[in-house]
Amino acid sequence: MKALNGSENVDILLVEDNRHDAELTMRALTKSELRNKLHWVEDGVEALDFVRCTGAYRGRDPNQFPKLILLDLKMPRLNGLDVVRELKSDERTRPIPVVVMTSSNQSRDITESYRLGVNGYVTKPIHFMDLAEAISQIAIYWLRVNQVP
Amino acid sequence: MNDFADVEVLLVEDNQSDAEMTMRALDRANLINKVYWVKDGVEALEFVRCTGPYESRDCQQSLKLILLDLKMPRLDGLGVLRELKSGEQMCPVPIVVMTSSNQDHDIAEAYRLGVNGYVTKPVQFASFVESVSRIGMYWLMVNQAPTL
Repeated sequence: MKALNGSENVDILLVEDNRHDAELTMRALTKSELRNKLHWVEDGVEALDFVRCTGAYRGRDPNQFPKLILLDLKMPRLNGLDVVRELKSDERTRPIPVVVMTSSNQSRDITESYRLGVNGYVTKPIHFMDLAEAISQIAIYWLRVNQVP
Repeated sequence: MNDFADVEVLLVEDNQSDAEMTMRALDRANLINKVYWVKDGVEALEFVRCTGPYESRDCQQSLKLILLDLKMPRLDGLGVLRELKSGEQMCPVPIVVMTSSNQDHDIAEAYRLGVNGYVTKPVQFASFVESVSRIGMYWLMVNQAPTL
């Protein structure tokens, strides 16, 4: 289930430690061709390895950035806010759009995410149909309408 | 008391016909009542910071989105980003550049300055409407803006 398409041609990097949540997100994209361009990693350390082409992702083309990183906040090893801090303080990785997708709608998390330079913040809807609709809007905007360098 | 309480989108655009086209497109997406239009970067900063003609605006009233043109008189879009997205007073309101420029250095510079998104205006009206309505659906319906 995990290594769906290898690590090349990735448009969406999904960073989510909860397998059930990750599978729901992927299921929401099943009906669109975007599903094939998603790569799932399970924590912040692996996310940084992917972006920086280190560790398990040594050998990945370092000039290929995803068009979107969908990032959970609460994760083991390195949490979402730390990932944002790392990516947004590095000139090279700063332009990659990062959208936090989390169950937290606490205004402290929202404000702190924006202050660290996150591009967007989405609170996960509880019902699958609403989640699927939100993910489809996220994918359409960030992959088809928005432009990256 | 506060005339700007309902404003969710601040449109910053010096070109009247482009501004009208954007508002027409938002109208089709049923989002028009919540848009306020200013004509350059100086006025945008006054609106966001509640100064000048916007002194009476409630600064705790947060916007969901600033749609920002790049080429404008007095203060251009990159100048607005520089003012709003740097330093301790960083403004957390999402800013999306919407411009006719798709030049790499504009895109790169906008992201370097901390823009949240960047959209190149499609030339055809139908594609333009589609693009504006997608922007509206994501930024106003799905994305969560910070409370100030």
